[in-house]
Amino acid sequence: MKRDLICIICPRGCAMHVEGEKDNLTVTGNACPKGKQYAIDECTHPTRTVTSIVRVSNREDTMVSVKTAAPIPKENIFDVMAKIRATKVEAPIEAGTVILSDIYGTEVIATKSIF
Amino acid sequence: MTAHDIVIVGGGPAGMAAAVAAYDSGVTDVVILDREDSVGGILRQCIHNGFGLHKLGRELTGPEYADVYRKEVEKRGIKIYCETMVTAVSTDRVVTARNRQGIMKIQAGAVVLAMGCRERSRGALNISGTRPAGVYSAGTAQKLINCEGYMVGKKVVILGSGDIGLIMARRMSFEGAKVEAVCEIMPYSGGLTRNIVQCLEDYGIPLYLSTTVAEIHGQKRVEGVTIAEVDENRRVKEETKRYIPCDTLLLSCGLIPENELTRSAGIPIDPITSGALVDENRETATPGIFACGNVLQVHDLVDYVSDEAEIAGIGAANFVKNGAVTGETVATKPGNGVRYVLPQRVHTDKGNDVALFMRVTQPFGKVRFTVKSGDEVLATAVRLKAAPGEMEKIVVKSEKLALASEPITVSLEVL
Repeated sequence: MKRDLICIICPRGCAMHVEGEKDNLTVTGNACPKGKQYAIDECTHPTRTVTSIVRVSNREDTMVSVKTAAPIPKENIFDVMAKIRATKVEAPIEAGTVILSDIYGTEVIATKSIF
Repeated sequence: MTAHDIVIVGGGPAGMAAAVAAYDSGVTDVVILDREDSVGGILRQCIHNGFGLHKLGRELTGPEYADVYRKEVEKRGIKIYCETMVTAVSTDRVVTARNRQGIMKIQAGAVVLAMGCRERSRGALNISGTRPAGVYSAGTAQKLINCEGYMVGKKVVILGSGDIGLIMARRMSFEGAKVEAVCEIMPYSGGLTRNIVQCLEDYGIPLYLSTTVAEIHGQKRVEGVTIAEVDENRRVKEETKRYIPCDTLLLSCGLIPENELTRSAGIPIDPITSGALVDENRETATPGIFACGNVLQVHDLVDYVSDEAEIAGIGAANFVKNGAVTGETVATKPGNGVRYVLPQRVHTDKGNDVALFMRVTQPFGKVRFTVKSGDEVLATAVRLKAAPGEMEKIVVKSEKLALASEPITVSLEVL
C-alpha cells in the first residue's frame, strides 16, 4: 500500500508518506517517533478520542463534558456517541468520574466537575 | 476604594496563568475579576481534546486544562471575583468593576489585561439576504450545544475555516447534524492542518476554498444559502453561484481582541494585531498595565496563551516590586512576508533572551526568517513550511540583542 497523510499529533502537521505491507510499513516525512506511530496506527487500526456531553438531570440546562479515557477504534465513534447520548447523570460529579464503563476497552469519564 | 498589588481582568487561561506566575514571583496580593459565573473562560465550552500537549505534556480537553490552572490559583489562595464586570481601567491603575454587591473601585499596583477575544459577527461581514433565525457565530453554537445542551440545527453550512468552525463541523456531525459544506473565502484555510484532517476529512465534509456565502435565504428560519466562488479581489463570481438548502449557518470568520477597556484607558493599540502595543514583558505603553493572551494577539493554541500570560504575570510582579523598567527600547517591525511582530518594542540591555512572535502573510513552503537590526543579523530560523494560521516564534539571544541599535526587522525569504 501507499498512502499520504498529515499527522494530527501536534500542530506541526507533518506531511507523511507510508509504504509497504501491513506488518512492514515504512514511514517518511515524520519529524518525531510519535508521528511514525500515528502513521502506522492510522494505516492499520485508526483510533480517536471521542469527546461529547451528557445531560445533568438534576440541574437546569446543564451538561457535563465527557471523553473516552483512551482512543477508541475510529469505526466505533458513532456507536459510542449513541451510547453517550442515551446517558444521563446526576450532580454532583467530579472530573474523572466514570460515566460509562466497558467502551471498546476503555471508559467514558467526566472532564468537568459539576457541583 | 480598596487596594491590591495586582488586579487581573479576566479569569480565562491567560488571567489564571498570569495570576499564578505573579504569585510565584513573590507578589501574593493578587485578585482575578471575571464576568462569568466561574473561571476558565472560553475553555469551558471547548470540550474537545488537544489542549496541553506543549505546556503540560499531556493531552487534555478544554475544561480539564482550565481545571489545572483553577486548582493552581485556588492552592495559592488567590481571590477570584466571579460575575464581576470590569467597566473601566484608568491610566493610574484604578480598576472599576460592578457585581451584585454594587460598584467597587480597586487601586492596583499593576493591572494585567486578559479579556480574551470575541467572534466577528454577521453584521461585520456584510452578508446580504434576509435576517432569519439560525445564523450563529461558531462559538455561540458551541456554547449552546456543549454547555446548555441545546442543539442549534440539523443541516448546516459553515462560513470560515478557522479552528472553531472546523471543530464545530465535527461536533455537529457527532450530534447527528449533516454538515453540507465549509466555505473559506481565502485560497487557504485559517485553521490548523490537523483540524482539517480530523474534523473534516474524517467525516467527509467538503471544504470549498476561495468560496463565500453570497446570500442568506429564509424568513423565520434559515432555509438555505447561496454560495459562490470569489476572484482574487474576493468579489463574487456570479456564474459560480449555487444554492445549498440548510437550516443553520455558522460563522467562523475570525476573532477580535476584546479591547474596549484598553481603548477607553487610552492605551495605544497595534492596528494589525488589534491588541495593545507591548514590550518584551507584555507591558503596554501605559506603565504598570500589562496585557496577555487573546486580548493581546489571537493565538492558535492555549498552551502559548499560558506561556505569554506567565511573562505578563512576572512583568506585573516585577513592576510592583521594583517599579517601571527603565532604559531604551528599540521597535520591532514586520519585513517581507511577515504580517506582524510581537512584542512591538524590546529593551536591548537587560541581559535576557527575548522571544519574538509573528505571523506570515500567506502560506509558504520552506522559508528562512532573518531578524536584523540595521545590517546586524540577530537571529535566523529555517522552517519547512509557514502559514498565517500558525504562529512562529524566534528567540533572539541577549548578546545579539545588545547589538541592536536600530529597529529590529523580521523578514523571510523562500528557500
